Amino acid sequence: MNTVFLTIVFLPLLGALIAGLAGTAVFRYAGSAPPAVEHADDGEGHHHAHDGPRWPMLLTTGLLIVIAVLSWYAFFDVAAGHTYRVVVAEWLRSGRLVAPWALRIDMLSAVMLVVVTTVSAVVHVYSLGYMSHDPHQPRFFAYLSFFTFAMLMLVTSDNLLQMFFGWEGVGLASYLLIGFWYTRPAANAAAIKAFVVNRVGDFGFALGIFATFAVFGSIEFTAIFEAAPAMAGKTFPFLGGEHDILTTICLLLFMGAMGKSAQFLLHTWLPDAMEGPTPVSALIHAATMVTAGVFLVARFSPFYELAPAAQNVVILIGAITAFFAATVGLVQRDIKRVIAYSTCSQLGYMFVAMGVGAYGVGMFHLFTHAFFKALLFLGAGSVIHAMSDEQDMFRMGGLFPYLKKTWFFMLVGTLALTGFPFTAGYFSKDAIIEAAFAAHSQPGMFAFWMLVIAALFTSFYSWRLMFLTFHGKSRVSRETLARVHDSPPVMILPLYVLAAGALFAGVLFAGKFIGASEAVFWGKAIYRGPHNEILHLMHETPAWAKYAATVMMAAGFATAWLFYIASPAIPEKLAEIFRPLYLFLYNKWYFDELYERIFVRPAFWLGRLLWKGGDGKVIDGFGPNGVAARVLDVTAWASRLQTGYLNHYAFAMLLGLAALVTYLMMMGG
Amino acid sequence: MSGWPILSAVTLLPLIGALFILVIRGEDEIALRNMRWTALFTTAFTFILSLILWSNFDPAAPGFQFQERYGWFGLMSYHLGVDGLGLPFVLLTAFLMPGVILASWHVDKRVKEYMIAFLVLETLMIGVFVSLDLVLFYLFFEGGLIPMFLIIGIWGGPNRIYATFKFFLYTLAGSVFMLLAIMAIYWQTGTTDIAQLLAKPSAIPAGMQTWLWLAFFASFAVKMPMWPVHTWLPDAHVEAPTAGSVVLAAILLKMGGYGFLRFSLPMFPLASEMFAPFVFVLSVVAIVYTSLVALAQEDIKKLIAYSSVAHMGFVTMGIFAMNKQGLDGAMFQMISHGLVSGALFLGVGVIYDRLHTRQIAAYGGLVHRMPMYAFIFMLFTMANVGLPGTSGFIGEFLSLTGAFLSNTWVAFFATTGVILSAAYALWLYRRVFFGPLEKETLKSITDMTWREASILLPLAILTILFGIQPALVTDIFNHSVNALLGQVQAGLDMAASVQQAVAQ
Repeated sequence: MNTVFLTIVFLPLLGALIAGLAGTAVFRYAGSAPPAVEHADDGEGHHHAHDGPRWPMLLTTGLLIVIAVLSWYAFFDVAAGHTYRVVVAEWLRSGRLVAPWALRIDMLSAVMLVVVTTVSAVVHVYSLGYMSHDPHQPRFFAYLSFFTFAMLMLVTSDNLLQMFFGWEGVGLASYLLIGFWYTRPAANAAAIKAFVVNRVGDFGFALGIFATFAVFGSIEFTAIFEAAPAMAGKTFPFLGGEHDILTTICLLLFMGAMGKSAQFLLHTWLPDAMEGPTPVSALIHAATMVTAGVFLVARFSPFYELAPAAQNVVILIGAITAFFAATVGLVQRDIKRVIAYSTCSQLGYMFVAMGVGAYGVGMFHLFTHAFFKALLFLGAGSVIHAMSDEQDMFRMGGLFPYLKKTWFFMLVGTLALTGFPFTAGYFSKDAIIEAAFAAHSQPGMFAFWMLVIAALFTSFYSWRLMFLTFHGKSRVSRETLARVHDSPPVMILPLYVLAAGALFAGVLFAGKFIGASEAVFWGKAIYRGPHNEILHLMHETPAWAKYAATVMMAAGFATAWLFYIASPAIPEKLAEIFRPLYLFLYNKWYFDELYERIFVRPAFWLGRLLWKGGDGKVIDGFGPNGVAARVLDVTAWASRLQTGYLNHYAFAMLLGLAALVTYLMMMGG
Repeated sequence: MSGWPILSAVTLLPLIGALFILVIRGEDEIALRNMRWTALFTTAFTFILSLILWSNFDPAAPGFQFQERYGWFGLMSYHLGVDGLGLPFVLLTAFLMPGVILASWHVDKRVKEYMIAFLVLETLMIGVFVSLDLVLFYLFFEGGLIPMFLIIGIWGGPNRIYATFKFFLYTLAGSVFMLLAIMAIYWQTGTTDIAQLLAKPSAIPAGMQTWLWLAFFASFAVKMPMWPVHTWLPDAHVEAPTAGSVVLAAILLKMGGYGFLRFSLPMFPLASEMFAPFVFVLSVVAIVYTSLVALAQEDIKKLIAYSSVAHMGFVTMGIFAMNKQGLDGAMFQMISHGLVSGALFLGVGVIYDRLHTRQIAAYGGLVHRMPMYAFIFMLFTMANVGLPGTSGFIGEFLSLTGAFLSNTWVAFFATTGVILSAAYALWLYRRVFFGPLEKETLKSITDMTWREASILLPLAILTILFGIQPALVTDIFNHSVNALLGQVQAGLDMAASVQQAVAQ
């Protein structure tokens, strides 16, 4: 089996390297330059046919299909009760700090393997059609395969350092793919934003690794998970105070999870990431990478179970995200942004499940969500493709007769997302709402109501999307409409795979993931404390709480139907009456504007101030330049000080801040 | 161990090459070609010699290896030797120099003097890392300034006189103190022999350690350079020719770090412990402050120069964490930074040679015309921001771990550097490489030639290789770092026991 796992993880890397180095233009033009065709670039970048060889695309796609099949084989093998540890080599050794390159295969990683490789294979095949007009296809497929490799390293990691490798590796792939159409300023900006915001999360993650090593003397999962119970309730010196060890580490790691999974406060990059090609949105920003944070919490269940305070934070952030993102999704015009906020919201659901200790339930939603959300994105991609890159739903409408197959896929995705009975979401999403209720804690109840309301919104925005796009009066010009038709088979066939998952993944796997035999299924991959009886308590949920989600789904459908089919004047009226609220939601609660003002601009301003003022005036002024002109006119200088330049005062302020920081570091441990 | 003086050979070979070039007559094309080829052969052969040195080096053996000692004046002896702390830098220097010469292939102003300056510089740089005598060390350490002055002052940019002046003023100020300290050590201990000084725990009295530490610090802090004595570096980089920048960033900056490890820690352990918080503060300020400054730069070289100061902040922080991970991290960070910053400056040189400007605003959309260049520059950008899988990550991660073990606030503030470095590095990359290619001057720009690629590709390969197999580097210095830690601890213990004895 070891060979199987090595093949699964490293074949995509091989594909990426071959396609990326030999298949692209990287080494083709040494000493010369690419032919002048590129000059005709229209700023869209992707309307010139690819004239190079097709093998890089076929190679990477072929490899992905092979490893997807292997992954399912591995999945059933692991589900039969096997676990594996494959050591590839040593990576880093410094004193007690040891990190191998090793694959840890248990049920958690096996679930992630099938999710990642299946969606990736589907997206590869779909992209053969979707990207067929792009001149940079080999580069695109190399990135996709590289992403798959990094994601697989992340989910099979055996220690925190390797996890961080995968963690940042998928971040790089995400950056490269969001900025794939590099001529577009918006894509470049979004790519940087994604990387930098993720780095904010990684700041916490990195500190979490340091703290883990400082406390446990190891960063290998097996060792630290075994030692965790002994650390419960103990404290260690951190930032000048004594803090609970496991709570601190869990919160620091969760900060990383918040970045990667776009949770409230660190979510701003995800909607912008939609600048990337749609297959990328489906693979990275819906099905796989953004769920890495959820996976991280599940992997660290031995820690979180012993850190109730951290669990509560996870619940709160998850619940707020689920609600917040759903409210924003209500009013967006861009079809991809609606789905992006939906993803953000659904990730919040998963975190609530993690927070209340229902790890299997959260992982189950991760599993089903991957299918229906990737389906929705790829369906939306087909719509966009058919509409010649139109993404505004208010310029669509009435597309059903032209895009029947696409409509079918979107319908399946919508049913699953909204939790229509017996579709995938019905089993996983509703289970999360029940789990939140069953937690019987204040954060749990808060989360319950947030999630119920979010379920209403989810249903509303999902059906709004369906109605605005496919039904009602068409707002599409006659010329465009004449060209609208369903996608070629290469973009249709892979969607059947996802549609099957969206419809049946719930029925087929509910028993394993969250049913009676779930403890056997997960084995030792998930740790549950002795007092964790959440799955048991879920069965005692009162009927009203159980059916709340289904009622909300129906209500959301009815409202959407009323607003966008029956009497389309209502939403416009509402937007007018509640204009401030509408703008607040439409502008995403003004987070971008806020961050721009309090982080981005001040950072640049500070950089300039430190450069011109700090380096230029103060250091050079007193130092070399001052020495050279020792005959300093002291009075002139003093008078300059009094002229009240903002810079001087600001710099004095910074010096004060530096003094404070110094004090903290001197005093604190 | 081989009986021939291999260390002298590695050190002096470039000097011999310089002598050969000196006797080449004429200014015609053939003479110039001979000079270039002589320089390239000399550096290449020096690199091969250094590899032989490495293959004979026993990383597990204690103390200095390949020692050579010849009496000289009463005050000083010609004593060479190398341990795990010095060898990586010898290898780094010898490895980079052929690339530096190749990168200067099209220099046509005073080729003879140019090649001689670089070869002499190589001798002096290698000398620093193999000297086992304080005075000899001082000569190499300060001697390196002279060719560097010339390189910036003669082949530099328009504002080169100011930059040279600043460079000179700073380093001179630092070195005067170091010379005084060396003399004080001689009066105190009766020897300037480094091997002897390090043979037993430091016996220098605590009060004196403080002053000596400060004196050495003055010199090393300028060399690193540490905040706030860093302002010479951006100017020097901007004015220096490409090859000069590469040598400056990749090797000269490492002398300060090497000095801390070789002298400050083992010889003045008490003072090092006492001043550690002070160094932490300067390091953290360097990381945050210069990263912010880098964000605001409009000149590519200046941006990379400021980024260098930030990266050196990780080094000083790791060194004064005074634990295994911190020291390993500092050593690794220095080697990694040598490769990555060297490569980044070489990279800037590639487009500077084509457009003769370093202004970021003059570029944009280069990826359209220069795919190979864009690819390689992306790789080094990622190494610069410390992406796991590149060598940049290992150094940052280890030094931060070391800092965390020592003081969590330090690690907390220093880790913000990973956010800022991503911001300035990607912001630079975006402005130079992405976007539409609109500027007329760029429309006929050509991709890297194979000569240029052959300089950068080995660096790229090592950057990745060291990132996934850092043991290739850490194995060299592992035992020496352990020995150094033991030395520091012994010094501290001895002082403590002395104090106890006095108290009783």
